[in-house]
Amino acid sequence: MLSVTNLRKTYGSGVQAVEAIRDLTLTVDRGEFVCVVGPSGAGKTTLLKSLCGLTKPSSGTVTLAGAPVTGPPKEIASVFQDYSRSLMPWFTVHRNVGLPLYNRYRSTADRAERVATALDAVGLSGFGDRYPWQLSGGMQQRVAIARGLAYAPEILLLDEPFASVDAQTRSDLEDLILRVRDDTGVTMLLVTHDIDEAVYLADRVVVLSARPSVVLETVEVDLPRPRDQVTTKRSPRFAELRAHVLTLIRRTALDGSASTPDHHSTTGERR
Amino acid sequence: MPRTGLRLLVPVLLVLLWWTTSAGSTSPFYPPLREVLAAFGESWLFARVGSDLVPSLTRLLAGLLIATTVGIAVGTALGRNRLLRQALNPAVQFCRSLPGAALIPVSVVLFGIGDGSKILVIAFVCLFPVLLNTVDAVRGIDPQLEDVARSYRLTPAQRLAFVLLPAAAPQIFAGIRTALGIAFIMMVVTELYAATNGVGFVTLSARNSFDVPQMWAGTVLLGLLGVALSALFLALQRRVLRWHIGMTERT
Repeated sequence: MLSVTNLRKTYGSGVQAVEAIRDLTLTVDRGEFVCVVGPSGAGKTTLLKSLCGLTKPSSGTVTLAGAPVTGPPKEIASVFQDYSRSLMPWFTVHRNVGLPLYNRYRSTADRAERVATALDAVGLSGFGDRYPWQLSGGMQQRVAIARGLAYAPEILLLDEPFASVDAQTRSDLEDLILRVRDDTGVTMLLVTHDIDEAVYLADRVVVLSARPSVVLETVEVDLPRPRDQVTTKRSPRFAELRAHVLTLIRRTALDGSASTPDHHSTTGERR
Repeated sequence: MPRTGLRLLVPVLLVLLWWTTSAGSTSPFYPPLREVLAAFGESWLFARVGSDLVPSLTRLLAGLLIATTVGIAVGTALGRNRLLRQALNPAVQFCRSLPGAALIPVSVVLFGIGDGSKILVIAFVCLFPVLLNTVDAVRGIDPQLEDVARSYRLTPAQRLAFVLLPAAAPQIFAGIRTALGIAFIMMVVTELYAATNGVGFVTLSARNSFDVPQMWAGTVLLGLLGVALSALFLALQRRVLRWHIGMTERT
């Protein structure tokens, strides 16, 4: 339902131009859970911004259910990387989650009901009157997830959503996302640099190369569902998939660093 | 309670000092505090409140309100638009460098000696702290918050009301606070030149007619007014920016 064809994105112009994405083609089908994984600086955030219409690609197309994406579509909700900068500290949790619903539900009661359902889904009922800064990092990211869910999207885009929380909270949030997906059937596209996380969550893992990004390989994850932090991650198949993705990533990361000395060739240390 | 006591200690001591040093004073320019208080009661409790205090405060608040409204509106526009900012920056720098008192003669010549002319001077001088702080605040807004607002399809009006202005509010308030201090000065200054009423006018004419206790009383009133205005403003700020205070106390 969401498809990207020959996406290319360059920032700046002339000699200072940075090619973030060279050529990306990928599709996400309805109900699928796709993880995009790549080394740091692989244009992952650029890809997500193009998908949700915040950034205009330099060339290539993004289409949603056949229609080109030119601005933020109402079918897509996003969960951003840094919760502390994506929630409004001047609003309570309730108003943060309800803010995107103003243009969708005219009645306050309808909005309140949707907000309550969403907060319930992430286990935060009873926290509606708190301010985000009164909550822990994990809880704040759950508020951001609830905001996405309340928006009733067809696709939820998540940009390294668990990068700024501790390991324990991280696995809790991963399971929360899996449960939400089972309950709602919403299509998920999650970007991460964590290979374990990608393999654990996804139906398909799209592996990106180092910048300028291309798709190295799309790995089908045939691990059974429901998944479990202990048994899934202990299975030989998980280890195999993880090793495979890791090999791809390390290779591209090494290639990437091997090509950097070209930019410093004046120092004479060219290998 | 001990804190309140501590805060009152020095003011009480100063008043006592004033009282004792002035009690036997024979200098016409340093009358006994007793006489100053008598003059204060006579004028400001509450004979001249309606005729002079209210007009002064009205002009101050009107000027400040205009400055705040225009400052936030223009400041937001400039903060959002680089071309506009570059085009207007020299003019803004020139206008804000003008000493407020120097504007009074021009304003009197152009707009007369009525309230409008005085309000205009106060508003003009107070505009710049609000405007410049607003520009700065709006430019400094986290781009991720704007991405959130855009991706959830908030309308431009909603983005302004729910994201931009709240995010800029702490810095805007700092600007208004500076403006309040300037407004207070300009309130008095505008009344020293071509005025017919106001606290500053009464104080100056008391001096001109050698009613020295009355002059002192006016000065005391101005001091008290300044403290009261500042306290009121802080109370308002604490209310509006409760989230910001809570957030910064936490980290």
